Amino acid sequence: MNAPNASGWRPEMGEAGAILPATVSGDHGLNLEEKLIFELAAPGTYGVDFDDADVAPAPALGKFLRKAAPALPGLTEPEVVRHYTRLSRQNYAIDLGPFPLGSCTMKHNPRLNEKVARMAGFADVHPLQPTQTVQGALKVITQLADWLMALTGMPAVAMTPKAGAHGELCGLLCIRAALTARGEERPVVLVPESAHGTNPATAAFAGFRVENIPATEDGRVDVVALTARLGPDIAGVMITNPNTCGLFERDLKTISDAVHAAGGYVYCDGANFNAIVGKVRPGDLGVDAMHINLHKTFSTPHGGGGPGSGPVVLSEALAPFAPLPFATLDADGVAHLVEEGDAHDHGHPNSFGRMTAFHGQMGMFTRALTYILSHGADGLRQVSEDAVLNANYILRELEDVLDAPFAAYGPCMHEALFSDNGMAEGFSTLDIAKGLIDEGFHPMTVYFPLVVHGAMLVEPTETESKAGTDRLIASMRSLAERGRAGDVTLKSAPHYTPRRRVDETLAARKPKLVWKD
Amino acid sequence: MPEKTSRRAAPFFLGAGAYKHHIPASVDHLIQRGEFLTAYTPYQPEIAQGTLQVLFEFQTQVARLLGTDIANASLYDGSTACWEAIAMAHRVTKRKKSILTGGLHPHYVATAQTMARFTDDVLVAQAPVMSGDAEDAAIIAAIDGETSAVVVQYPDILGRIPDLAAIAAAAQAHGALLIAVVTEPVALGLLEAPGALGADIVVGEGQSLGVGLQFGGPYLGLFGCREKFLRQIPGRLCGETLDAEGRRSFVLTLSTREQHIRREKATSNICTNSGLCALAFSIHMSLLGGAGLERLARINHGKAQALAAAVAAIPGVSVLNDAYFNEFTVILPKDAHEVVDALAAKDILGGVPLGRLYAETPALANGLLLTATECTSDEDIAALVAALKEVL
Repeated sequence: MNAPNASGWRPEMGEAGAILPATVSGDHGLNLEEKLIFELAAPGTYGVDFDDADVAPAPALGKFLRKAAPALPGLTEPEVVRHYTRLSRQNYAIDLGPFPLGSCTMKHNPRLNEKVARMAGFADVHPLQPTQTVQGALKVITQLADWLMALTGMPAVAMTPKAGAHGELCGLLCIRAALTARGEERPVVLVPESAHGTNPATAAFAGFRVENIPATEDGRVDVVALTARLGPDIAGVMITNPNTCGLFERDLKTISDAVHAAGGYVYCDGANFNAIVGKVRPGDLGVDAMHINLHKTFSTPHGGGGPGSGPVVLSEALAPFAPLPFATLDADGVAHLVEEGDAHDHGHPNSFGRMTAFHGQMGMFTRALTYILSHGADGLRQVSEDAVLNANYILRELEDVLDAPFAAYGPCMHEALFSDNGMAEGFSTLDIAKGLIDEGFHPMTVYFPLVVHGAMLVEPTETESKAGTDRLIASMRSLAERGRAGDVTLKSAPHYTPRRRVDETLAARKPKLVWKD
Repeated sequence: MPEKTSRRAAPFFLGAGAYKHHIPASVDHLIQRGEFLTAYTPYQPEIAQGTLQVLFEFQTQVARLLGTDIANASLYDGSTACWEAIAMAHRVTKRKKSILTGGLHPHYVATAQTMARFTDDVLVAQAPVMSGDAEDAAIIAAIDGETSAVVVQYPDILGRIPDLAAIAAAAQAHGALLIAVVTEPVALGLLEAPGALGADIVVGEGQSLGVGLQFGGPYLGLFGCREKFLRQIPGRLCGETLDAEGRRSFVLTLSTREQHIRREKATSNICTNSGLCALAFSIHMSLLGGAGLERLARINHGKAQALAAAVAAIPGVSVLNDAYFNEFTVILPKDAHEVVDALAAKDILGGVPLGRLYAETPALANGLLLTATECTSDEDIAALVAALKEVL
């Protein structure tokens, strides 16, 4: 008889790899295709109930009244639930497995954060309510501000920036305002070659000219070259610490002292603050401004590309120029929101202005504060230590099969950097990344930082256990060996995804950004 | 004390760029699916088709709603989107001066002014005028041959409705662009789309659809424009393409505009945008469709009509607006800030005093912005009227 074996397979099922029958629907079991909403919707359909008695009988809009309803597709609620549930299944996410995307810090997002953020006193309050009716919300902002200042050793923090790059902008505008107050025009900002692309883009957006500073052989800022370039035209430097090679900038204090002596300011890109929370205070290293990505260090979800939140801690020198509005507590413990009308009365007359409507990413503040309070100071320190330990474990386990350009100079911080040196002719980082997709992992960051050829930046975060990290290492080791051997099946990876490699050139050459009938 | 008061139950009449709408429960349920919530920016398209298809659908919904050819995958919020539009107009026209009309949200004006202080852009911000009409003549008169763009809010901060078609024609005659700003997208269920009236760039605050008030953020910036400005657009774009087996696929595209490729020459420094809010917006919009949005807009407008009629009957109170959607300005016989505080003591959130938005313009101090939405009940309106009669 054709008894099933342990896995349920029976001889009449045929051999694995055989051509499978086509389906009429285009779906394949649980591998479900999904049309666009524009192809699913029937005219006039919607999935929300309205009370007809409430519908205005006679709009008093005269010539402004539109002639026809917007040409937007509507679906019923079950259709909507299915559409988005089916689409969600075509995404990889932290909730499905390791997401070692270097510099992006894809760590577990505790669900307690989500629960707290949805409490009515935070979620349902309007930004322009009288402040006596939003004391609790304002106190979340001041409490989180206190924690961020304590963890960074900085005396002030601007809470309104909407994301990391917006925080960079906030810091550079503070520097511009401080220079203007000193009566100086300093047009140049120095940025290391290894910096995130947002650094030079932000400096340009804030009206500065960008000059690159080189790195030394061990992957750190070249202090000699940087110091030599300092002078009366230099507004400041933007340095990432730990840097994008996953290395601690040991000389940051020396750099800061030199920059300050030359009349400039030090901006620190805090994207990698998660590696040093509870261990190092940037304020002790002479930093004047640093943004903190709440969606990295403090676990607020990335949401498929935001929203982020980028509070900026500031030194005494830059604090007077911080943006409006901001929350503050008076001696009686009453929270105030300082806006344009009362900034002078609150001793803040020199603000560079407003960066955005309203008071920042409240929904992210509640999540970040929940994370901080649920970990405590000792827990936050352990998070940094575990993240760094995991990255060093990966670095040492893989350095024999993957070129690790800085491994000889000592341990890394929270991310391990490899290059594609040693791959067979025609094989590169992209092939390793796509192979890792087939292995069931999200790839590491690829081709960044730019200072390393075919860079692979692996950030496991503290989320991964030893067992989980070992599984990632085993897959990466196998892929490295296949890349070195020139295994052609790697060139066609990924094989097991809803879509194979997509044609990015076609998308850019004939841009199709909206659906058309 | 106020900390224990549930604001959910209090009669609520605030707007001014953030609106209280009913969000269907399925929206919040779906955005909490881990595959959306805990994913990253879709840099690896083979394992991010879910997010990418959502973004493609979002871009199409936004373009159709705003009446533009194309739209991006979202920016931080309406105020920052407004500045990005001004900066883009300057790149397109190679001119440096933009006119911000008196009806533009003062926070949006302040945000743009902050940025312009540090660049070589020139902003001419017109003073708000307490008049029933939307100051169209003053806007048109200010446009000249050096104007890059004129920025007009629709409906404006006082709830008035400017004649975008007339302003667009005047701008076009001088080679300037019209940037329309929509802070209440539900209005476009009843009002003609700005793009259809000739606006070259349309930006907006998308919070009203799918995203709660959250004390001011996170929200999402909507950004649509003419197709010919494609390569000057800020922020992420998702495009349709094919995979290696010829199947329709989606991918982030035209990234040579963006900071991670172009560095200091990028069109904007934006990296993370507002992806999850864009998802919430898109789900809510899919539940409504055009027909549902129109009904929702009619309900909002009808509630506002009822509210306006009720407060106009109070002695000493007058309604400023000739036309409005769901938000309008009333003139009180005393400082509106004091009135709103007195209403709050009675557990009524009675609108936004103009003094909160224009601290340095005493002439506006007696103005009060009132908003009604589908969440406003007849009982809420009666409670506000009764309380106003007591505190005035």
